[in-house]
Amino acid sequence: MNMPISGKPPKKLSLKENYALLTRGLGWETSYESMDKVFPQCDFEGIKIHDWDKWEDPFRLTMDAYWKYQGEKERKLYAIVDAFQQNNGQFNVSDARYINTLKLFLTGVSPLEYGAHRGFAMAGRNFKGAGASIAAQMQAIDELRHAQTQAHTISHYNKFFHGMHDPIHMFDRVWYLSVPKSYFEDAMTAGPFEFVTAISFSFEYVLTNLLFMPFMSGAAFNGDMATVTFGFSAQSDESRHMTLGLEVVKFILEQDPANLPIVQRWLDKWFWRGYRLLALVAMMMDYMLPKRVMSWSEAWGMYFEQNGGALFNDLARYGVRMPKYHDVAAKEKDRLSHETWGIFYNYTHAAGFHTWVPEEGEMKWLSEKYPATFDKHYRPRFEYWRDQQKKGERFYNKTLPMLCQTCQIPMGFTEPDDPTKICYRESHYRDNKFHFCSDGCKDIFDFEPEKYVQSWLPVHQVYQGNCFRPGTDPTAPGFDPLLEVLKYYNFNVGKDGGEYLDSEDKKHWEQWTGKPGVSI
Amino acid sequence: MTDSVFIAFQTNDDTRAIVEAITHDNAAATVARFPAMVKVDAPGRLVVRRESIEERIGRDFDLRELHLNLISLSGNIEESEDEFVLHWGN
Amino acid sequence: MSVVALKPGYTGEIKDRVENFHGQQLLYIGWEDHLMFCAPLCIPVPPTLPFGALTAQIIPDLYAAHPDASAIDWSKVEWFSSSQPFTPDLSKSLADNGLGHKASLRFRTPGLTGIKGSCS
Repeated sequence: MNMPISGKPPKKLSLKENYALLTRGLGWETSYESMDKVFPQCDFEGIKIHDWDKWEDPFRLTMDAYWKYQGEKERKLYAIVDAFQQNNGQFNVSDARYINTLKLFLTGVSPLEYGAHRGFAMAGRNFKGAGASIAAQMQAIDELRHAQTQAHTISHYNKFFHGMHDPIHMFDRVWYLSVPKSYFEDAMTAGPFEFVTAISFSFEYVLTNLLFMPFMSGAAFNGDMATVTFGFSAQSDESRHMTLGLEVVKFILEQDPANLPIVQRWLDKWFWRGYRLLALVAMMMDYMLPKRVMSWSEAWGMYFEQNGGALFNDLARYGVRMPKYHDVAAKEKDRLSHETWGIFYNYTHAAGFHTWVPEEGEMKWLSEKYPATFDKHYRPRFEYWRDQQKKGERFYNKTLPMLCQTCQIPMGFTEPDDPTKICYRESHYRDNKFHFCSDGCKDIFDFEPEKYVQSWLPVHQVYQGNCFRPGTDPTAPGFDPLLEVLKYYNFNVGKDGGEYLDSEDKKHWEQWTGKPGVSI
Repeated sequence: MTDSVFIAFQTNDDTRAIVEAITHDNAAATVARFPAMVKVDAPGRLVVRRESIEERIGRDFDLRELHLNLISLSGNIEESEDEFVLHWGN
Repeated sequence: MSVVALKPGYTGEIKDRVENFHGQQLLYIGWEDHLMFCAPLCIPVPPTLPFGALTAQIIPDLYAAHPDASAIDWSKVEWFSSSQPFTPDLSKSLADNGLGHKASLRFRTPGLTGIKGSCS
């Protein structure tokens, strides 16, 4: 920092100079330990980097600006959260069914924000280049902010509704939360280059627009000003993260031609893993928002096929092609939300949120949005379930499902070319059989079986006896395994999950708001 | 057909002027309004000019203030003190 | 290469080895064309279980909530093991029928196609 000393104040640095001093001035070549020993994770993935100085962060965000703008974002957010609470905003949402999206968000998405905080802190430590390191470090701080603002905002709902009292405990145990948990832990246990490609590029650039744009806009449409504000506040950081993701991929590809096949494999893998995870978002959009903004199928068309397609067209000059099985995702877009909602309808008695049969008007909307599939494949089962419920025999599936070894979702997805046949795939490895919901999930396993033979599949763990609280005696008279598993999850049994129409949430909603609830 | 780039903002008083500036400077841009969100698409290239925003808000504007209300974007980014550009291709 | 790992020769523990299931093995059962049950089911069974117990008791109980369940004619059912056509011997055990740990068994009931023929 050799500033000229004179009577006049020093000339203000340009954005470019300021950023260069921050990111190039902070790195150095180590002398008493070799660089390879100081950065031991930089090589084993096979990625070759010749010149870290070629790293360019297009946003060139410097620390002074970072703290200034992040501080402003926080003040804006908390002003709105305060106003929301003071105005009893929780009673002004469209309907109490909407609150179930927040339960899923808090237990399934917010812990990923915290995971991202940890993952980027580790990536920041492991990159040799200071530019990449600083970008990862800022993102680590952002992600912690997201986890905190989401917990703060949703904690207000926790005062009034069930299912939001212990998200971190649930995240580590509950069957459907193993889907996001295993997704993120897969990324965190990879090397630093795969981690940033997976999270910054494949997830944040290619896929999270589907969560944060139409879904958060949907939150606003349903009257939840608190959630839309934390969502968009997080997403404003996300724009920076997405840009980091694109830069990472371009930087790696420009460094060495041998990097292309490795990166392409990661793009294939993480597209598919992320897409499977978004099945939860698909059902939130089509089934859980009482007032709907757009269908999953429309959102997929807009954000993946158009915007994602443009991105991959641009990357074609590096030799990158569209992720494998994007065509399967296109074939599934008229089924994904219905099949996923069916899974949760089957097992909602073991979930931390409620499900329901869509009302007649909602089914009409689904028929319009899904003319090729809804009336033919899904309406008959909903009508049957509704009739059963009227007779007092609400359908619950009493037997645990078969899970996919990779994505860990119950095997409810159908063949790419036949929506009436479950898609079964299988591999043999070390004298064991492994089962998959799709070719995408099977390919991921087959490339690294030593990783995925370790999957903690909730159904199998229950049968092994590992999902009871300490001191539980499965041989005791009257032992109820399901009840004991739900206690292990720390659910309020009978209140957190099950049919919405039978729920305390619904009763309270009508009592506190005086608004009529939905009925069958 | 040229692939589109896009930028999306929260709908509020700050971004009204920004969106006006963008549509003024990018003849081919289209604006889509959603609940709480406004999305601007443009074929191939979209530029956000500091001066155009300043003319509309009547004060100095640092383009990094875009971060405060930004929801998402797509395209390669070129940023200077005067312009924030999204584009596909080199 | 069966994993990309920092440590050469890294291997993983198979979490679902049959030894972990206290003498039982896992069996997956799927009923074709009946997707009101959203996914195939997973149950622990003893390897010595006669196949006939599946058709006599176990499968009818699992699917009792389906309106087609009472109409199944077991003599006409088509079986698949790991997606391949398969003819079980009802008097023999699962093990002797070649159904080991984590075997995937599917059955199709010709003429029964779910609620209003929708494969639900």
